[in-house]
Amino acid sequence: MQLTVNGEPRTCETGMTVEGLLTSIGLDPRKVAVERNREIVPKSTFVTTALADGDVIEIVHFIGGG
Amino acid sequence: MSFSEEQIRRYARHILLPNVGGTGQEKLLASKVLLIGAGGLGSPLAVYLAAAGVGTIGIVDDDTVDLSNLQRQIAHTTDRIGMAKTASAAQAMQAINPDITVHQHRMRLDAGNAAELFAGYDLIADGSDNFGTRFLVNDAAFFARKTLVSAAILRFDGQLSTYKPHAGGPCYRCIFREPPPPGQIPSCAEAGILGAVAGVMGTLQATEILKELLGIGDSMAGRLMIYDGLSAAFRTVRVKPDPGCPLCGPAPTITHLQQPEEAPACGLP
Repeated sequence: MQLTVNGEPRTCETGMTVEGLLTSIGLDPRKVAVERNREIVPKSTFVTTALADGDVIEIVHFIGGG
Repeated sequence: MSFSEEQIRRYARHILLPNVGGTGQEKLLASKVLLIGAGGLGSPLAVYLAAAGVGTIGIVDDDTVDLSNLQRQIAHTTDRIGMAKTASAAQAMQAINPDITVHQHRMRLDAGNAAELFAGYDLIADGSDNFGTRFLVNDAAFFARKTLVSAAILRFDGQLSTYKPHAGGPCYRCIFREPPPPGQIPSCAEAGILGAVAGVMGTLQATEILKELLGIGDSMAGRLMIYDGLSAAFRTVRVKPDPGCPLCGPAPTITHLQQPEEAPACGLP
């Protein structure tokens, strides 16, 4: 299936979860939030949320400066 | 409450606004806001909220003004280097508006003092510079059932949201469950921040605080605003309460305030 991740097209296997996508990109799930089609995916569902063809994903990085 | 002649002139441009008016200005004058941090975000917050006539403003910080702060922390001045940031910010606030009361809390927020401190205010504004404090502020605001307007900055980027789990919205932990692993995050000093980005985000944060106090417009509760300064682009995404949230979810594992570990400042690429 075809996703858009941070504005770039990306082909992934069908049924890939949010957690799986992060692993395939090499990102530690503890360091990011994930936005799927303009909505934050609850962290407790990273392992269970299956992505769908056409999903637009943005990785939201943790920033804590003030 | 009746306005003095001077107050009518000072707040005239607010009183003119149909959504504010005299009633709204009275609300602001009766409001108490606690600012966490007197730095890059705390500076515009302090100045704009004081100018707006938020009647009582508390400011928490344990640091002193340093030369390297002045590139963005506009409440402070070169001749106040070495002064407590709380005192310097209070001076800036009183200079722009002697009509308000400023409480200086020169301390580091911790699990032992947060509850008592938060109890004295209507709304909490997080402009702190480290994850440990950010999670502590979120948890303390949750337990105190206070609205939290939170912003964060790094490099050319900013994030902003309002957390009102007591009114059904998500909390900070619904987005970022726990502090990121230590040792993987560059410090503020390493990562840098474009000074004006602090002004953009701090001023947006001040706007959201004034809206919450006045009860006008659309709250940022349930939404996260993300600012990319290099692209000059904003986007706003929806955030729902996480049913697995360890704090505000139906089966919480965090049931009292915990002292954060010393977490590194700022964020990551």
